[in-house]
Amino acid sequence: MSKLQIEGVSRTFAGVGGGEPVQALQPVDLAVAANDFITILGPSGCGKSTLLRIVAGLEAPSTGRVLLDGKAVTRPGPDRGMVFQSYTLFPWLTVAENIGFGLREQGRPERERNEVVASYIDLVGLRGFENYWPKQLSGGMQQRTAIARALANDPEILLLDEPFGALDNQTRGLMQELLLGIWERRKKTVLFVTHDIEEAIFMASRVIVMSARPGRIKSDVPVDLPHPRHYTLKTSPEFSVLKAQLTEDIRIEAMRTAQGQSVGA
Amino acid sequence: MLHPLHSVAAGTRTVLGISFFVLFVAFWAWITLGGHVNRIFLADPLSMLKDGWRLLVEDRFWLDILITIWRVFGGFVLASIVAVPIGIAMGAWKPVEAFLEPFVSFARYLPASAFIPLLILWAGIGELEKLLVIFVGSVFQIILIVAVKVGATRRDLVEAAYTLGATDNGIVKRVIMPANAPEIAETLRLVLGWAWTYVIVAELIGSSSGIGYMIINSQSRLATGQIIFGIIVIGLIGLLSDFAFKALNRWLYPWSLA
Repeated sequence: MSKLQIEGVSRTFAGVGGGEPVQALQPVDLAVAANDFITILGPSGCGKSTLLRIVAGLEAPSTGRVLLDGKAVTRPGPDRGMVFQSYTLFPWLTVAENIGFGLREQGRPERERNEVVASYIDLVGLRGFENYWPKQLSGGMQQRTAIARALANDPEILLLDEPFGALDNQTRGLMQELLLGIWERRKKTVLFVTHDIEEAIFMASRVIVMSARPGRIKSDVPVDLPHPRHYTLKTSPEFSVLKAQLTEDIRIEAMRTAQGQSVGA
Repeated sequence: MLHPLHSVAAGTRTVLGISFFVLFVAFWAWITLGGHVNRIFLADPLSMLKDGWRLLVEDRFWLDILITIWRVFGGFVLASIVAVPIGIAMGAWKPVEAFLEPFVSFARYLPASAFIPLLILWAGIGELEKLLVIFVGSVFQIILIVAVKVGATRRDLVEAAYTLGATDNGIVKRVIMPANAPEIAETLRLVLGWAWTYVIVAELIGSSSGIGYMIINSQSRLATGQIIFGIIVIGLIGLLSDFAFKALNRWLYPWSLA
């Protein structure tokens, strides 16, 4: 049985000011195997973030349902850790307190919390920054803390919504390697939303390409590149073949989005 | 020389700030000591200081100052204790907001000073009445501003907390409240400034002590030096309490400035 089962999930938003309802997501079916790293690739506004938010339980689907380990998702919970694109560390808590937030909400004793927090601080390389406020950290360090915060709950699945979207190119590359390294060592089911083709291939064991709005799954591309992956992989011939294929797929969809906008405007 | 939005050096800023005070007092001295206005209507700076000193030493004016301070803080603390929880409840739970917001919005426009005759009927002319004037003047303002701030809590922080396993109760206590604490403290600092105007009005009517009483008393004796001294004392205390409040906020919420 698959870890995560998305069955006929669609989402329609009510029209603004009595206008026509807008369909953001056509019915989507997707099965995710345990410990798979899935990236969802699509042009902006294709509903990929909406799909992720439905899996997180932050939004309700208009039709269909999401099953995690066979149980229907109805609301957000600590079994589905989430990392957002915006910086969502709690500014009044230190790095260590942020990472321990979920454990505290679940009433775990302080001793256990401290041990877990210390191990995740090491995992994301933030030793020495435990007592910093989020405002004192760079964007990359904030997202590392956010990843550690989501992982500290030991979730069944990790959901990431363009987590490196706001970072500069160099930092983004380092963060990709860091996250992939954690996944290679610890094994975790991951759903990673991005609009960056290189990122989608480099991270994934499977790339799901989504169409322009209203989104649906356009193609499902396995990535059989060996692990552990090193950044030099991005310049290898196998990588280039995949990149060329996905670039073509995404380009058509991006053009549709652009045309849709010009017609709408 | 002057570029829009360009910053100014710290030293220059201090010099500029002080020089306006100097200019202001100089102008005041020039029109009074130079005989350009009638001394009956406006005392000069020197006799203002002399009158002030006599007030403090001979008339035990410092007792009036203490009484006024106690009234402001007493009424303000009462209003805060009632208003902050209501404001948080209104901001956090929309049905509570729907229930209370229309009334509070209406009540906030009721002038506190117009309540004084009624409050005197109910509570006499003692301390309770003075506290109530400040309470009525502050409580609705605090409720509304706190409710608006809490209602504008960053949604992404709330969502992040939910995905980390927080309950609704945990969201209010450990996200909404700490996230808005510095803003609420800022609101209180602002409203405390307004409370100073209410206290003086309360002391102008049916009072036998306090800075406002001294001022209304001096008016009947045309002691403009004393009136000006009283006004300056209020300004100075307001400034001091503002500084203290700011320092307290910086100490309580270092994360909001880091």
